[in-house]
Amino acid sequence: MITQHAPKAAVMARRDSILAGLRRLLPQTGVIGDTLRLKPYETDGLAAYRQPPLAVVLPETTEQVAAVMAFCSREGVRVIPRGAGTSLSGGALPMQDAVVLGLMRMNRILDIDYADRCAVVQAGVTNIGITNAVSAEGFFYAPDPSSQLACMIGGNVMMNSGGAHCLKYGVTANNLLGLKVVTVEGEIIEIGGAHCDSAGYDWLGLITGSEGQLVIVTEVTVRILRSPEGQRAMLAAFDGVEIAGECVDAIISSGIIPVALEFMDKPCIHACEAFARAGYPLDAEAMLIIEVEGSIVEQDELLGRIKEICRRFRPISLKVSESAEESLAIWKGRKGAFGAVGRISPDYLCMDGTIPTSQLPFVLRRISEMSAACGLGVANVFHAGDGNLHPLIMFDANDPESFHKAETFGADILKLCVEVGGCLTGEHGVGVEKRDLMHVQFTETELDQQRRIKSAFDPMWLMNPSKVFPLKLPAMAAE
Amino acid sequence: MPDTITLPPAPLDEAEIATAITEANAARMPVWVCGNESKAASMRPVQAGRTVSTRNLTGITLYSPTELILSARAGTPVAEIEAVLAARGQHMIAEPPDFAALFATSAPATIGGTVAANLSGPRRVAWGATRDHVMGLRAVNGTGEVLRAGGRVLKNVTGLDLCKLLTGSHGTLGVITEVTLKVLPAPERRATLVIPGLDPVRGVAALSAALGSPYGVSAAAYLPAEAAAQVPALSWIGQSATLMRLEDFASSVLYRSGRLRADLASFGLAEILDEGATRAAWASVRDATPLAAAPEQAIWRVSVRPSAGPAIAAACAALGAAWFMDWGGGLIWIAGPATEAAHAAIRRAATEARGTWMLFRAPDALRLAVDIIPPEPPTLARISARVQAAFDPNGILNPGRLRAAPRTDR
Repeated sequence: MITQHAPKAAVMARRDSILAGLRRLLPQTGVIGDTLRLKPYETDGLAAYRQPPLAVVLPETTEQVAAVMAFCSREGVRVIPRGAGTSLSGGALPMQDAVVLGLMRMNRILDIDYADRCAVVQAGVTNIGITNAVSAEGFFYAPDPSSQLACMIGGNVMMNSGGAHCLKYGVTANNLLGLKVVTVEGEIIEIGGAHCDSAGYDWLGLITGSEGQLVIVTEVTVRILRSPEGQRAMLAAFDGVEIAGECVDAIISSGIIPVALEFMDKPCIHACEAFARAGYPLDAEAMLIIEVEGSIVEQDELLGRIKEICRRFRPISLKVSESAEESLAIWKGRKGAFGAVGRISPDYLCMDGTIPTSQLPFVLRRISEMSAACGLGVANVFHAGDGNLHPLIMFDANDPESFHKAETFGADILKLCVEVGGCLTGEHGVGVEKRDLMHVQFTETELDQQRRIKSAFDPMWLMNPSKVFPLKLPAMAAE
Repeated sequence: MPDTITLPPAPLDEAEIATAITEANAARMPVWVCGNESKAASMRPVQAGRTVSTRNLTGITLYSPTELILSARAGTPVAEIEAVLAARGQHMIAEPPDFAALFATSAPATIGGTVAANLSGPRRVAWGATRDHVMGLRAVNGTGEVLRAGGRVLKNVTGLDLCKLLTGSHGTLGVITEVTLKVLPAPERRATLVIPGLDPVRGVAALSAALGSPYGVSAAAYLPAEAAAQVPALSWIGQSATLMRLEDFASSVLYRSGRLRADLASFGLAEILDEGATRAAWASVRDATPLAAAPEQAIWRVSVRPSAGPAIAAACAALGAAWFMDWGGGLIWIAGPATEAAHAAIRRAATEARGTWMLFRAPDALRLAVDIIPPEPPTLARISARVQAAFDPNGILNPGRLRAAPRTDR
């Protein structure tokens, strides 16, 4: 179980006056203090951890966010920013002395400019909401995390979210132009704008992926892109994970960067097929979903080239989608992979390490050995082009021993990722989940450098406490 | 006559750099952090008692084409990296410029300097800046500590993103000693659509239509007649040139250039430049040679939303300055008189358009007299000073390179 900083007794003791103070700043329905109504905010996408907060505030404007931050800063109250609460790393896990600042009421799209290919949206707009708002004009917002129906752009910025198509289009950081943020003291700052590459330090890049450690994001200017003429998927199945990995290398060596290149192992293929009936080959050890874009003729040409490459690796099945419906079916299994594993196991932990793709066969072999040793099943699905693994560890949350084993297994996988030259998290963030593994990837000197940057923004360490940095007394202010 | 300047000895490796910085920090001695000093004429001059150059830290340390990853020590010339990539059919995504001519230097630009300045070429508008492709780096901070940021994989959100912070920090937060870049396959074929004779507003409208098309336009620039005349591959036009580049497999370039030409017919009939002319024309745009800046002139870079580009251009024309637009109209390159009045006018135009600006090259007198980049609002300036102190508590790394030292409010 994860440890948190001790709650501040002085803050707990002033709970009523803090609630009253918050109520003076926000509309009546914008402050939640009632125990029952705090319940939905006690956890996020990492549901194994739960902790009801002191209070929840739901501001509707940047100015209200600023007022809340100024108040909390004055009162020494910790603040947990929250979007849709879909974090898989416990990024929005509350503390009992903290105020959860939920951005879901800030859900308006403020401006769309097709000529300049950007949109200004509030932090609580869902990821898919941006694409839906611009799709009639043939545009889209590129990063597409699996939770895109629910997750919010503010959370995407905080975690620098990725998705299945980032091999071509990049992650959140590569698709932003500007931010409106509120500092811990409640001051409003505009970063960037509708233009590229502001002179001076890259605050946009530093804040993106900072997991709520530095500022609260209230507005985001995103790049929107024109959709391709069309896209089509194909499926290639192999009788070994190594040979599938070699096939991925061969595709990229040929100069083709597919818009998506997804890899599933046998347990995952089985779970997804049982769930989605996508026609996945059940005798395969590994399967690739490969998607290309362009006109029909271009799709045919690219898929033809890829098919030829795949044939060199003796695929046991090779299926090119002939229609949009068939492509959807191919994707249906992959997009539902997490849910599919949820059907065959009471609970699962979703890991998120990245490895150099050349290490794929070795890492998958080691994961399967670890799985056998600890007696917990694992299904692997991941973004093959960029080496971002998502091993799904199956366990039973009602059995504390099973949960403990799952956590240990997960930590061992992430250590392995770092050992072979990779990292702890490719797109889900450190959160509370991987906080205590940060030493595996960084030296104490490197962590202290990051802590000093945190202190420069948040001298009292009130922002999203007990996350990202292993617990130790912070070197307080940088000055 | 060949260059015969004798350079002072420079550290041979990262450990020596760390030692040099540790000593300088102990002595509170300001350090001029540089590579080959090819961009010394850019930004503000640094008054420093000692120089720490990464020019001896050379060599590619990792290149894995199938993983799309390349690492090189900071002093490695960009041209060397490009040659190694080209031999395997790959390229640097952000298309970094070669400003040797602009800065009148024969020193080859290093990868460390290119990253420290976050320099990106025409492909930036479609594929992102240099900062978007720095996957990892190593650096020495202002107390001599060695730091690693990021890694050698394509997706990594572990901890605060110091790669982004150090990229573009011009050596003021740390001495970058090694960088790891994402690279991509180079295109099989290139072609450029040229629409002659549009005015700046129509030109940018055409660029926006092209960049908003489904054909994957990889660069988009507008050159007024005087700028186009400076580019041999375009000199036949004799009027303004609105340029759009396609890079892809040969069959796609053929198909897409036909479609794009038809879609843009209302702007005029586009000519199509072949591979050779495309390479030559975009190398000129990348290196800002269409400005034909005289040595005594100042050079500015203004970045605004693309539709605001023509207003900046009009302000330049009123000053009698030369200009052209890259990044679909969003980047305006300007060459004009090195005066405070000209600087103030350009700064005002960029600020009114809610964009950013940079005095990119100027005689020392001007770059010491004015802000060369926008001042930060007070709240951000306070955070900025604390972040700088978090890396370099005694302010020894390239002091004054980005901004004059604040008077007493620090």
